[in-house]
Amino acid sequence: MKAAKTTLIAAAVAATAGLSLPAHAGTTLDAVLKKGFVQCGVSDGLPGFSYTDEKGQYKGIDVDVCRGVAAAVFGDASKVRFSPLTAKERFTAVQSGEVDVLSRNTTWTSSRDAGMGLSFTGVTYYDGQGFLVSTKIGVKSAKELDGASVCIQSGTTTELNLTDYFRANGMKYTPITYDKSDETVKALEAGRCDVLTSDQSQLYAQRIKLGNPADFIVLPEVISKEPLGPVVRQGDDEWFNIVRWTLFAMVNAEELGLTSGNVEEQAKTSANPDVRRLLGAEGEYGKDLKLQKDWALQIVKQVGNYGEMFERNVGMGSELKIARGQNALWNVGGLQYAPPVR
Amino acid sequence: MHNTTGVKPSSGSMLTDPKARALLFQVLSVCTVVGIGWYLFHNTQTNLAQRGITSGFGFLNNTAGFGILQSLIEFSPTDTYGRVFFIGLLNTLLVSVLGIFFATVIGFIIGIARLSPNWLISRLAAVYIEIFRNIPPLLQIFFWYFAVLRAMPGPRDSFALSDVFFLNIRGLYVPEPTATPAFWAFALALLLALGGAWELARRARSLKITTGQEFPVFFSSLALLVILPGLSILVFGKPFTWTLPELRGFNFVGGMVIIPELFAITLALTIYTAAFIAETVRSGIQSVSHGQTEAARSLGLRPKHMLRLVIIPQAMRVIIPPLTSQYLNLVKNSSLAAAIGYPDLVSLFAGTVLNQTGQAIETIAITMSVYLAISLTISFLMNIYNKRIALIER
Amino acid sequence: MTTHTFKPSLPPPPMSVGPAAWIRANLFSNWFNSLLTFLAIYLIWILIPPVIKWAFIDADWNGTSRDACTSGGACWVFIKVRFSQFMYGFYPEHLRWRVDLTVLLAIAGSIPLFLKAMPKKLPYGLAFGLIYPIVAWVLLFGGMFGLAEVQTSQWGGLMLTLVIATVGIGGAMPLGILLALGRRSHMPAVRVICVTFIEFWRGVPLITVLFMSSVMLPLFLPEQMSFDKLLRALIAVMLFEAAYIAEVVRGGLQAIPKGQYEAAGAMGLGYWRMMGLVILPQALKLVIPGIVNTFIALFKDTSLVIIIGLFDLFNSIHQATVDPAWLGYATEGYVFAALVFWIFCFGMSRYSMHIERKLDRGHKR
Repeated sequence: MKAAKTTLIAAAVAATAGLSLPAHAGTTLDAVLKKGFVQCGVSDGLPGFSYTDEKGQYKGIDVDVCRGVAAAVFGDASKVRFSPLTAKERFTAVQSGEVDVLSRNTTWTSSRDAGMGLSFTGVTYYDGQGFLVSTKIGVKSAKELDGASVCIQSGTTTELNLTDYFRANGMKYTPITYDKSDETVKALEAGRCDVLTSDQSQLYAQRIKLGNPADFIVLPEVISKEPLGPVVRQGDDEWFNIVRWTLFAMVNAEELGLTSGNVEEQAKTSANPDVRRLLGAEGEYGKDLKLQKDWALQIVKQVGNYGEMFERNVGMGSELKIARGQNALWNVGGLQYAPPVR
Repeated sequence: MHNTTGVKPSSGSMLTDPKARALLFQVLSVCTVVGIGWYLFHNTQTNLAQRGITSGFGFLNNTAGFGILQSLIEFSPTDTYGRVFFIGLLNTLLVSVLGIFFATVIGFIIGIARLSPNWLISRLAAVYIEIFRNIPPLLQIFFWYFAVLRAMPGPRDSFALSDVFFLNIRGLYVPEPTATPAFWAFALALLLALGGAWELARRARSLKITTGQEFPVFFSSLALLVILPGLSILVFGKPFTWTLPELRGFNFVGGMVIIPELFAITLALTIYTAAFIAETVRSGIQSVSHGQTEAARSLGLRPKHMLRLVIIPQAMRVIIPPLTSQYLNLVKNSSLAAAIGYPDLVSLFAGTVLNQTGQAIETIAITMSVYLAISLTISFLMNIYNKRIALIER
Repeated sequence: MTTHTFKPSLPPPPMSVGPAAWIRANLFSNWFNSLLTFLAIYLIWILIPPVIKWAFIDADWNGTSRDACTSGGACWVFIKVRFSQFMYGFYPEHLRWRVDLTVLLAIAGSIPLFLKAMPKKLPYGLAFGLIYPIVAWVLLFGGMFGLAEVQTSQWGGLMLTLVIATVGIGGAMPLGILLALGRRSHMPAVRVICVTFIEFWRGVPLITVLFMSSVMLPLFLPEQMSFDKLLRALIAVMLFEAAYIAEVVRGGLQAIPKGQYEAAGAMGLGYWRMMGLVILPQALKLVIPGIVNTFIALFKDTSLVIIIGLFDLFNSIHQATVDPAWLGYATEGYVFAALVFWIFCFGMSRYSMHIERKLDRGHKR
């Protein structure tokens, strides 16, 4: 009896110890198809980019990019689940495969691209770092900020740019760092710091969170380049391509004048070969990406083109009212440019 | 079992021999642990290699490139991550030491007040204990930081105490001492005075043991401590010059500042831990049996001596072990500083550095080891102290 | 010291009985005590009236937005408006009956455990402990038996706090007991493993453990084996609490007289039966207060999940205070959170003291 029990324990232990090592088979796409949804890492609350409205629905540019990926993969933009991530968690969440896409206003830098096992698939928003100050302190330019206390979100590129900027201009500052962007806003409002620094788009988003937005202004200086884009894990080119081309499809759609309203009709009637190729009426371009033929059609139909996404979330159709600026299409003086589908 | 002849039961299997079985079981458990460890290690290795994540501790020598709100040693953004680590560690130790000191003082006062014959005082102490130990420390930190200290005025409307001390939302500004050449003479005089006082106390004790005579140690030591440094000031001049804080531009410049983050975390941890220490002290004192008090009284000891010579030494034996674990808890709770942006080890190293380098495993492993080391050191020191106290018993 | 007056035949002087005497003995026995009393009265005087004025007299109770808060005192409207979010987080409104049912089942199911007359408490308790978690999981998460699935990312508020605390302690119990047995084992290798495990978790702050679970754990596991964020936090809490439970249980094991072990051995019981039938039932009963205290500590520690972005009661409230629509009412939020935590913790600590007293009676010699 006892012997039997011991043997049993021994067997169990041996089984545990000898657990076969997992084979690293299966790509992200296979895994996503199997579980039936795209797991998307977003921010913990940033109006215009990713935030939950009062009904608990996710909204914003970063959110729409993920919906686009879901539309491309499943033909259904709702097959996506969101994980709100803090700045601290975001990279490990991608590295470890906890999220399939990280779409969380993340700046593309060389060290992140090369040293952290991440791949940036493109730029959803061209941004730059700026300053938000109270009108009470009477500062008109960032050059007058010598000796100021500055609120920053910790662990961001913002933190590093700030140091560089103040050093380059021979100015001093006191950094007040918080984990969450909400807390930096609260601190600015309470007067814990004189100025808040962050990407300009975020400043506009944060400004509307203030009790009295009119008391605060965004200074004219932009002190850095902040290309924000979706991130995937390094080493899975197939998935990388899908995410990259989701964004390209949205930009191309805008360039070709396709909107969520007219895209279905255009797919049937358009004679423009570019449109036909993009929407799958001609050629097998979806197949190259291991997607359905109508992948781009679904993205545009369910999420919209880049311009629609921009206007709805951060542009004139939103509370933020940010002008297109650098984020206009290349042919109207902006930087958004997508390679052709062919 | 009918085997009375002393012959071993012949079931024969090695598994029925308790010794062999114990050995087998141990081998198996070690194998399991090693197996699991290796499994996790292997996974990590594969994951890191496959995803091209940098690993190793080389990042400690890289330039940090960001500023830090409070550092006890010199720091500039061009310093390395390694130095950031030390600044975080020192800030953690600062909060821990301050917290332990104040929590002990307040805890003992409240604990003794809890046993006060004064009904009102004892009730108040009980209310204090029950309120503060049943509210999460993080909530208390947030309360002090976000609800109380955030209500302070801005720098321009600071509360000022005769233009020397200033209190505002950015912290408490106090004058900063700078050592003058005369500082060394002053320090030497102070050292001499301390040595003298110590020697005096030693002589007084032996005098008391041999002859029973009392010597006014306290007052003579005090005199020594005042006269010697005083002389040095008279002869060599002031040991310090004071830089006063003054409002220039956005902020106060000059002087030292106690940042509200430090204040909030110290206050919250002190109040929280003091409630537990008070309970520890109360139960420690109550554990000394009443007979001891009566015996001391019948020996004719005065209440002062009774407390010092009879009750406290015995109570301390009961108090020390739980007190140690309260200290450990306080050190561990100091990591909550991360939530309000105080640059402690967790916030600075396991937060900012982790984020800037992306090397989660290394930074968290280092952070955890530091806390383990602090915990083990405090336990070790307290064990030594506990042993010394325990010896007094017999 | 009171001076004795030897007048036995007279009735006691008016100052030695009744309330006046009580006041004199307890508040004004000497000059120092009187001073303390006045100090205490002063303290109460400066603290209590403003608090009462703020929280009750000047407070606003009715309304739906911050415009209703005009009287300058506490704005409880804020709590009232957000109340359901503080309790359930983003759990879909029409499914909240499932949460309520889960809580009701827990209360109904555990009542027999507190009844004195209840026979076979132990088997019942074990059965309840095994079946209830499954029922609770089905009810809360859904996805089967026709119940709609609710993602754990939608769980929040007090509900999440309770989930973390109860699952944490429930999972930590078995592991903690095993560790405690291992630490008292005669086998050196087992002992070393258990001591290392226990001391490791007890030596590090919960924050770093939570960080580890949210940031590092995924790197330790093979690809495709990714856990839910909440589940990862739960695993971390379980491992962490198991070490504390182990120490509590060890205390109970040490308190069992050696004779019990020897008697069990003499009966021919093997190790597991000796522990399971003789030692543990006695030891665990002894350590109930310790376990309740560990649970209180854990309950307070659940507030730390704010660090890894889970929306427990405290984080829900903290988030609500950031909302521009309710700016400036942080104090109300924190006071409410403190009150909820306090009620739970104080209630449990009273219960633990009650048990302690009950057990004390039984074991005093």
